[in-house]
Amino acid sequence: MIKKLFVVTLAVLALAAGAAFAAETLNGAGATFPYPLYSKWFYTYEQQTGTKINYQSIGSGGGISQVKAGTVDFGASDAPLTGDKLAEANLFQFPTVAGAEAIVYNIPGVQKGLKLTSEQVAEIYLGKITRWNDKSITTENPGVRMPDLPIVVAHRSDGSGTTNIFTWFLSDVSPEWKQKVGSGTSVNWPVGIGGKGNEGVAGTVRQTRGAIGYVELAYALQNQMPYAMLRNRDGNYLYPSIETAVAAAANAKVPDTYYVRFTYASGKDAYPIAGFTFMLLPKEWKDKQKLTAFKDFIKWAYKNGDSDAKSLDYVPLPEKLKDRILSDLAKKVK
Amino acid sequence: MNGGMRYTRRKITGHLMFALSLFAALCTVLVLFWILGYVFIKGASGLNLDFFTKLPTPVGVPGGGMANAIVGSIEVVGMAALMAVPIGVATAIYLSEYGRGQLANVVRFTADVLSGVPAIVAGIVAYALVVSSMGRFSAFSGSVALALLMLPIIIRSAEEIFLTVPNTLREASLALGVPKWRTIMKIVIATAGGGLMTGIMLAIARVGGEAAPLLFTAFSNSFWNIRPDQPIATLPVQLFNYAISPYEDWHRKAWAAALVLIFMVLVLNVWAKWYALRNSPKG
Amino acid sequence: MRIGRENSHNEGERAFKGLIMLFSLIVLVIGGLVVYELVSASDLSFKKFGFGFLLGTQWDPVQEVFGALPFIWGTFYTSTLALLLALPVSLGIAIFLTELAPGWLRQPIGFVIELLAAIPSLVYGIWGLFVLAPIFQTYVEPFLGRFSFLPFFTGYPLGLGILTASVIVAGMIVPTISAISREVMYTVPDSQREGGLALGMTRWEVVSKVVVPYSRSGILGAVILGYGRALGETMAVTMVIGNTPKISLSLFEPGYTISSALANEFAEAVSKMHVSALVELGLILFFISIIINTFAKLLLWRMNRGMKVSGV
Repeated sequence: MIKKLFVVTLAVLALAAGAAFAAETLNGAGATFPYPLYSKWFYTYEQQTGTKINYQSIGSGGGISQVKAGTVDFGASDAPLTGDKLAEANLFQFPTVAGAEAIVYNIPGVQKGLKLTSEQVAEIYLGKITRWNDKSITTENPGVRMPDLPIVVAHRSDGSGTTNIFTWFLSDVSPEWKQKVGSGTSVNWPVGIGGKGNEGVAGTVRQTRGAIGYVELAYALQNQMPYAMLRNRDGNYLYPSIETAVAAAANAKVPDTYYVRFTYASGKDAYPIAGFTFMLLPKEWKDKQKLTAFKDFIKWAYKNGDSDAKSLDYVPLPEKLKDRILSDLAKKVK
Repeated sequence: MNGGMRYTRRKITGHLMFALSLFAALCTVLVLFWILGYVFIKGASGLNLDFFTKLPTPVGVPGGGMANAIVGSIEVVGMAALMAVPIGVATAIYLSEYGRGQLANVVRFTADVLSGVPAIVAGIVAYALVVSSMGRFSAFSGSVALALLMLPIIIRSAEEIFLTVPNTLREASLALGVPKWRTIMKIVIATAGGGLMTGIMLAIARVGGEAAPLLFTAFSNSFWNIRPDQPIATLPVQLFNYAISPYEDWHRKAWAAALVLIFMVLVLNVWAKWYALRNSPKG
Repeated sequence: MRIGRENSHNEGERAFKGLIMLFSLIVLVIGGLVVYELVSASDLSFKKFGFGFLLGTQWDPVQEVFGALPFIWGTFYTSTLALLLALPVSLGIAIFLTELAPGWLRQPIGFVIELLAAIPSLVYGIWGLFVLAPIFQTYVEPFLGRFSFLPFFTGYPLGLGILTASVIVAGMIVPTISAISREVMYTVPDSQREGGLALGMTRWEVVSKVVVPYSRSGILGAVILGYGRALGETMAVTMVIGNTPKISLSLFEPGYTISSALANEFAEAVSKMHVSALVELGLILFFISIIINTFAKLLLWRMNRGMKVSGV
């Protein structure tokens, strides 16, 4: 009986080992924001080519540290590394898609489309505007009955690229925010309660009367939450959407390191809170076959992945940017 | 005030306290059914044959399941138990049957302190010990993290149970000439069997649903894998990934995963109790 | 229970004892490894902040200023409150199951309660966020707000915060404490109970004056395990505590625990100082656990000094 069990176990292990060598397998780790899209891309790619890419979201920081440690083949991060950090770690980074963030709220009687200026968002998060019927909000929204409720500010408790982009925006809009708080994946919030993950913030806002929060657009859309129209740099009120996010990215100046931010961008249709998500990989690869497999995947994703991205509320990159990235990838990563 | 009145008051107090204890039990059972009901309503619709046989599919692709995560959970928790149960029970035996003085106190103290280690710290330690040395994520490192969490529960509860085995049984066995070690194996462990199983089940239940220690160790895998030296999918990590996503379909699968987890622990519990009952010495 | 000759010439005896000792020593090694990892990874932070870390109230990853006090406070407050809530309930359940319930009811109910231990932590958290927190915000906290002359009930009812987190954690540790207490109380010999009855005690007095004291060290062991679980509880707390590094007596306020901070920030922390500060938090939690356990040992020692119960 025991002998039989032993033989069966060995056979199964051997089979599994054999299967593991059948096709190329890559491991990647990092940001949570692109996880739904990457899982779609990798799934379709495996069906078409047999290459297995196993991506897990352990956080942007996790992605960066693991790709540095070599435990994974590539990392993903919502917050880009600066040029010197990249050089220090000998990594190459490039954006894959972009995302927009929605300002969601829970105000009894108020539907989607509350108009907020970018400055007002900063003041709310600084704790300077504390009630929904504040004069500044009612003047921008004539015809909307604003209740006399305290504003319950919600933010992310976990480090996240979503916070990074949001605080970039706040720093761009408000010099006071920039000086007092600054930007990053985790910051010292002056007011508010912290929810874990986009889901935590969305949940907090949904459950708490008078709450306001920032989430990836997909969460606002999927949960059918009311979200605000923001006044952009040029003075126009815009909803977050694929079009307004593409407009924001269109004029961004992209340096060689691909460290780029385009929050509060100029442009009449540019939505103020949007940003890229990135992949990182070592500049030198020992396993050339794996590298080729990876490069092939990126080519495929840039060529065929846009419809998947849009259907999941992600923003594809502009074509010129894609071409530039592909040529850099070919040249700089060996 | 005579003895009769005093006695009545004592009696009433007694009835009141018993009523409260009944109330406590009822409340707890109620809360359990409330939570289970919630999980069931949200997740039952996600349970179908695909769930148990297919690999995960991305959002928008119908079907798909968590077959690899179910197998993975069994493998990772199983390996963890294989490590934690012998060490834990052995330590408990030491503490209750052999230990004298300071060394025993230090061991017991260490076990108690380890029980306060949060799941994520166990993951961090396992990462530093196993993942860093192996250079990659693996099911085995996940098991090490879980074993770290299970160990103090098993040691503590097993020792308490062994202490409840009456000395008369030990003395009788020794008087009959049975050597000490066989006394422990045959008499003490067998008598404590049911209670021992409770402790082990508590430990398994504790770690079966933990995602935090696995994120940086077992990682996860979108594909099939049962090799212990490779990343592997597990139910709690899948649950976590799906629950924090924005998609309704994935939420449903997350709840379904929770249901499957709870059910698996339930089945294990039943089996363990039955097994212990079957093998316990009569009388 | 140190009976029997261990030093006999029986090889089986020596081999067995040797194996047992080896495994027990592994536990010490593991403890040492955990401490070593925590200490070495937190070294950077310790060098920068020293012991001021324990009293610091600022947690600013951008400026790289870190202080642990709000987390230490939150951890203690929620765990202790959870224990205070869970202990009477757990004992009540254990008493009900061992003394009151008819035989056929005992197994199923005990079983059902242990099932609570099987529910994944994240599920508790999500249920807490979507079911319990709104109830607390709409009914429970406004009701308790009537007593706002007490510092525990001041502030705006959010539903999320210390109270909700403590209640959820209490629910999570009840199965642990009650299961072990029940096992221990169950083995109290009937002769002890009968003796109490013979002395004229009511059934309840037998429980409170005989059974519980007899099992007190087992119950204390269960409590220690439960408290340990409460200290380390992560996911469930993170979803409902509000994750704000604040120090306040009010149960309505949001707070932060060490485990939640680790769960929230570890995966994303990129700067070495940030990671080191987080690990130092973990180390502090470890020391908190040591302090609590030492305290419990002293308590047990004093309890045993006062009362001598035969047969133990």
